[in-house]
Amino acid sequence: MENNGTAIQLSNISKYFGAKAQKEYALKDVSVSVRRGEVLMLMGPSGSGKTTLLSIMGCILKPSSGSIVIRGREISGFSQKQLGRIRLRHLGFIFQEYNLFPTLNVLDNVLVALDIRGMTGPKAKKQALTALGSVGMAPKALAMPDTLSGGQKQRLAIARSLAGRPSVILADEPTAALDSDNGRKVVELMRELAHEKNHSVVIVTHDPRAVKYADRLLTIEDGRISNSQNKHAAVGEDE
Amino acid sequence: MIYKIARQNLFHDGVRLCVTLTGIVFAVVLITVEIGLFLGFTHTISAVIDNSGADVWVTSRGVKNFDIALPLKEHKYYQALSIPEVKDAARFIIRFADWKKPDGLQESVEIIGFETEKSMGGPWNYVRGSNAMLDLKDAIIIDQLYMEKLGVSRLGEHVEINQKKARVAGYTRGIRSFTTSPFVFAALETASHYTHLEPDEFTYLLVKGKDGVHPKALKAALLRNINHVDVYTTEEFSEMTRKYWMFNTGAGTGLLIAAFLGLVVGMVVVAQTLYATTLDHIAEFATLKAIGAPNSYIYGILLSQATLSALLGYGLGILAASAISDMSHFSATVIMLPTTLKIIMFFLTLTMCVLSALISIRKVMRLDPALVFKGR
Repeated sequence: MENNGTAIQLSNISKYFGAKAQKEYALKDVSVSVRRGEVLMLMGPSGSGKTTLLSIMGCILKPSSGSIVIRGREISGFSQKQLGRIRLRHLGFIFQEYNLFPTLNVLDNVLVALDIRGMTGPKAKKQALTALGSVGMAPKALAMPDTLSGGQKQRLAIARSLAGRPSVILADEPTAALDSDNGRKVVELMRELAHEKNHSVVIVTHDPRAVKYADRLLTIEDGRISNSQNKHAAVGEDE
Repeated sequence: MIYKIARQNLFHDGVRLCVTLTGIVFAVVLITVEIGLFLGFTHTISAVIDNSGADVWVTSRGVKNFDIALPLKEHKYYQALSIPEVKDAARFIIRFADWKKPDGLQESVEIIGFETEKSMGGPWNYVRGSNAMLDLKDAIIIDQLYMEKLGVSRLGEHVEINQKKARVAGYTRGIRSFTTSPFVFAALETASHYTHLEPDEFTYLLVKGKDGVHPKALKAALLRNINHVDVYTTEEFSEMTRKYWMFNTGAGTGLLIAAFLGLVVGMVVVAQTLYATTLDHIAEFATLKAIGAPNSYIYGILLSQATLSALLGYGLGILAASAISDMSHFSATVIMLPTTLKIIMFFLTLTMCVLSALISIRKVMRLDPALVFKGR
């Protein structure tokens, strides 16, 4: 069950690293909600805690304290194995360096994401081609990743993240390795996914050109949300 | 898909694949050849005993192996024949002797003397000649494998054994000697003449029991009736001789240690290269973990890589070992490669590669999926 269209709800999340005596806080008492169909951008200087926040949203990192609710389910007490299942079922990831499988062709890179979910055979192939088609990469299905441009690689990474039909897509600096034209295309594509296909998209970025595509912008400084700004429609309050 | 990722990971880097396969092939060939040599030696050591056709061997007291024994006196032979359980008994001689080649050079040989009219203790695998040829004066039979070593180029060639004339009357094929002194078969009287034994002396008594008499029962009967001798069933004597040469002398232990070292070296090479391949693809494994792949999925990739390496390495290794084994049949040292050994080697190679993959699995187990985020 989702609460009022909220895909992810983080409440009073803190995260520190190191032993008790030398605790180093990456996040302090952060609360964020991610709504369905919105593009939420996280900005802030290096070391501000935005990637830590993304990792916690992505169930990759466990918070030191606070609550995480994904699609109505409190998951803060979940084991790594259970968190893996949540990632598989609900989340899609896009990484700065694409993190493709260089030894597999474009289609197989997407099929891996489905294979992990237990989907194989013609059905998986059809779904993978649909995902590739949605990012304009279907004609390159048999190409190897090293023959693709940066923009194409990131579109392939988006197709891989879409293949499992997740409700939330988490992107870490998706335009950092791209030129401005390709960067713009990638962010446009992600906004399209949010607005037309109702995915929630969370983007960590340093790129000021990407800001105009956000529905909501959160600025993080020293592990705290310093500014929250609704760019378009009203989508809720964060602290 | 697991298999496809594993295969692509493996074949993507040709050089690393070559190194991995070289390690496995080296291990497979080394282990197979060493064990094949062990089996070959074991077979060679007891071949004359195993092919003797006797049920039981009577020896002088304290004999440790087939090749070296004190003589028995002829009355033991008649004592044996008088036992009701005995169907037949045959005297048998084995003694080291000097062989003088036609060119004057010397070799050491083992003279085997047997009663040609009885079906116990004689040569087998005749290529030329027969037992009957040995009834001719000074006739001997050697194995083709040792013709060059003994300087024999044709039938009828004259040589000297312990400074007495001998004539090559036939050949066998594949009767090897573990002691490196080739066997020379002769009739009992001829062998006695070459070996300086007294006319009433021989080395062993080979006994065959009547139908239905078990070798153990025959052995017991012989021990009851003949004093100051040891008695062994053929199986016991064969095993005793094998154990003596393979383990008391250290020859077999050496071969088994070399085989074990092959296994260790193979494992180290395979583990090292699989680990390096894992490190090469660590970002991909982290990505798989990040997107929610269970550990079993990643272990499946690593184990598939190990299994694929094992299959390729085993295939190439066993081909090479078979070629070496085939060539060895033309030499004095045979490398035996029975199907059972090939099957055992298959599973050993698989185990070796899978165990080698455990180091990589341990690395991936500890892998933090958060590695995928550059900012952290």
